[in-house]
Amino acid sequence: MSSRVSTGARPGARFAQFKLVLLGESAVGKSSLVLRFVKDQFDDYRESTIGAAFLTQTISLDDATTVKFEIWDTAGQERYKSLAPMYYRNANCAVVVYDITQASSLDKAKSWVKELQRQANENIIIALAGNKSDLVAEHPDKRAITTADAEAYAREAGLLFFETSAKTAENVRELFTAIARKLPLEQAGNRGMRANPRQGVDLRPEAPGTQGGGACNC
Amino acid sequence: MGHDGEDSLATSEGGEELANDRSKATSPPRDGEDESTIRVLKEEGAETSSKVESSTISQARFQSLETEQEYRPPLPPRPTNVNLLREGSYSPKSSLQRSRKTSRPQLLSTATTALSRTDIHTQSYQDGSRETFDASAQTTPPSKATAAFGSIKRIKDLSGSEGGDSASVKSYAPSLETGGDVESLLGEVLGASQESPAWRLHSTQNGALNPFDSVAYEDDEATVDFYREFDEIGAVAADGENEEQLLNQWKSKRKHFLILSSAGKPIYNRHGDDNLISGYIGIIQTIISFYEGAHDQLKGFTAAGARFVVMSQGPLYLVAISKLGENDLQLRVQLEALYMQILSTLTLPNLTHMFSNRPSTDLRRPLQGTEPLLSALADTFTRGSPPTLLSALECLKVRKTHRQVINDTLLRTRCETLLYGLIVASGRLVSVVRPRKHSLHPSDLQLIFNMLFEARGVKAGGGENWIPLCLPGFNKNGYLYMYVSFVSAYESGGEEGREGQNETGKPDDIAILLISANKESFYDLRKMRDSLVEELEANGSMAIIKSAVRRGRPTATDIVPGTVLRHFLYKSRANVQFTMPSYEPSFTTLLAKRRLLSLYHALHASVHAKNAHLKVHHCISRESISLAWVTPLFELYCVAGPHASRNALAQSANKVIQWVRREEERVFIIGGAVF
Ligand SMILES: Nc1nc2c(ncn2[C@@H]2O[C@H](COP(=O)(O)OP(=O)(O)O)[C@@H](O)[C@H]2O)c(=O)[nH]1
Ligand SMILES: [Mg+2]
Repeated sequence: MSSRVSTGARPGARFAQFKLVLLGESAVGKSSLVLRFVKDQFDDYRESTIGAAFLTQTISLDDATTVKFEIWDTAGQERYKSLAPMYYRNANCAVVVYDITQASSLDKAKSWVKELQRQANENIIIALAGNKSDLVAEHPDKRAITTADAEAYAREAGLLFFETSAKTAENVRELFTAIARKLPLEQAGNRGMRANPRQGVDLRPEAPGTQGGGACNC
Repeated sequence: MGHDGEDSLATSEGGEELANDRSKATSPPRDGEDESTIRVLKEEGAETSSKVESSTISQARFQSLETEQEYRPPLPPRPTNVNLLREGSYSPKSSLQRSRKTSRPQLLSTATTALSRTDIHTQSYQDGSRETFDASAQTTPPSKATAAFGSIKRIKDLSGSEGGDSASVKSYAPSLETGGDVESLLGEVLGASQESPAWRLHSTQNGALNPFDSVAYEDDEATVDFYREFDEIGAVAADGENEEQLLNQWKSKRKHFLILSSAGKPIYNRHGDDNLISGYIGIIQTIISFYEGAHDQLKGFTAAGARFVVMSQGPLYLVAISKLGENDLQLRVQLEALYMQILSTLTLPNLTHMFSNRPSTDLRRPLQGTEPLLSALADTFTRGSPPTLLSALECLKVRKTHRQVINDTLLRTRCETLLYGLIVASGRLVSVVRPRKHSLHPSDLQLIFNMLFEARGVKAGGGENWIPLCLPGFNKNGYLYMYVSFVSAYESGGEEGREGQNETGKPDDIAILLISANKESFYDLRKMRDSLVEELEANGSMAIIKSAVRRGRPTATDIVPGTVLRHFLYKSRANVQFTMPSYEPSFTTLLAKRRLLSLYHALHASVHAKNAHLKVHHCISRESISLAWVTPLFELYCVAGPHASRNALAQSANKVIQWVRREEERVFIIGGAVF
């Protein structure tokens, strides 16, 4: 369910599948980032997400490596809080989003990071995205959180960090590509090939024990 | 097509058909004089002819019922009543007024059960000088008790449009009763006790405005307003300078919905932000609690041409304010739907818990994200919605054998955790599977359809969806989880030049809905969806569904060749489903559709008036001739142009019945698939 790596038809070609979850306060632009990443579109009058949306997108890291993201775009609302673990439980990576023009949204982002570091997959890759950078490009006084502050926090907490704009597409692809590069491709790859051919290699700490030595299919 | 004057409605097609004496009595006789006022039902014609009517209408509603107990000093008529008085009382030139006058005595002499309506309308001509609340939807004459604290005088500017008026407000005895319609969708096993309140039809003793009233509520100015009805009202500027302009914009809206807590906290309003209208919210809350304090319940009142209907649901007050001529029963159904949406977000125990913990709870936060759903419902009601009016569902028309294959495919691919499986195409049900012991409730489906096809939040996501929601008709105490994904009806994306929009503006998409009680079952249901779609593609069902969606509804003349009918609604009471032809070619604009729906509302009100045991109700206006026909099996509402004869209309109505009978298993889902 979480990640899968297999070799394609071409010798040396690698294909990996990872589960990614987006978290963050309502209206910071989670769905917009996904829409930009998956469909390269942006909608100014977007209605907020109801429940959670599940999308997939495949990117090529290089000629030989393809990564498929299975993305959970969650609604940031309180009443859905109890469902969040279901979305991040087996996630390989997470994008925690805040709105650089809303100071409170970073606090919310920090609390999601904490929750992920406590509850989610131990090896989870977390990226922090400060969204709506286009807004401050025109009106610098709209900025509520400086790049330096956010960057310092991200470094301290061990997160990837980007300031993005779903509207202009700035740094959106870069964000997802950086995550893909940081994912344990080799590790998962080796394991995936050792494990059962069935999909859904579980990367949780207890998981390796459950994976018997399947036949190598290389 | 001439007018057949005194002809009876009888056609030569058998006893069960439209040959009812009473139908004759309830329709006004027509003669040569009428013809001078008859106009072709064209949009332009309709718009220009409506001016006179609308001014008389609002006045008529103003005056309405005076109770006998009340002392009424004779006051001179208002200048604005001139139309009414002249046309209604002295000059028989207007078809509108004529029909009123001439029909009532006949109604009285034959249909004695409709006595109260006669009284009301007779009285409404006697005193044009005072506004009291509208009686059109009263269930009983006000009791002594309610009359005792009957009027709150001088609530200035309550609805805002008639400066300086003092509105007299009175509650009426809370005696709404459940009507005879026990409605449970596709649920043979469902007892009356399980029926959902949202879809009970409350009967009112006198649901009827004069049906003409609401048909032509627009004058030219208001017509323009209706196109602005859905425009957003901006925010109040920091200096408050634009406040008056915004308030005027707010007042010009023909319909409002407000939701507030019993403590007076605003929860939802369709137009304008809280700051702008906080004064009005305060007034409404004061009025409501005034009655509450007197151990009475305010149900509704009329002020300045707007009907106010108040519904109290636990810790919430829901208020509808309409200038569209709907009656209380119809507005209540709409309020009920908004309440169901709130339950659907929160569940009943959560809602009650929050308020019993803290009566001053601000519900906006827990409801975050629900506002677009409430507004989508509200706007649907403002545009006019056959499913809501009829409390029934529409199905996609496909052959019985084809539907059988689709049902079987759903059953075959069903996974363990599935509770309900549905396929819905542009708001019309294609197929449903359910456990034998659970039925599906139309009110629940209304919420789901609204979420998927009217609001944009889910569709815009562009992926698959996993949505926790409470379906109050099924169980108002807990959540279910719904898997949703869409399949485009146009393989290569709207190549046929329709841009993926059908006639009702809903995207022409096919939604696969798989509902489970297990919140972990997303991946199971997703797998089921994949094999379901794969099999539907393989056995040709998907192509059948897509082509049915693309074909759209047949027009009235496709259904009955050469018919005078412009449109109809046919509701099968047993199936809680309805069918109708396309809005093309006559009712394609927002306004034309609203007029049509207003006419349907008026017809519906007259045949659902309590004690008005009308089986057939005719309504003739300058714009149209229409008919409501109700039997234990069905309700039929149909509309023809003004030049059609009643005879031709009746014949067409019979043809529609025959068509439905022939097509019954195609236009309706009968039984549905169970496991
Ligand atoms: N200017 C600007 N607006 C954005 C950006 N991303 C999202 N928005 C807007 O912010 C609002 C909320 O976005 P949405 O994606 O629904 O946020 P979510 O609730 O986190 O999923 C919408 O009106 C978007 O159009 C961005 O990068 N720049
Ligand atoms: Mg979102």
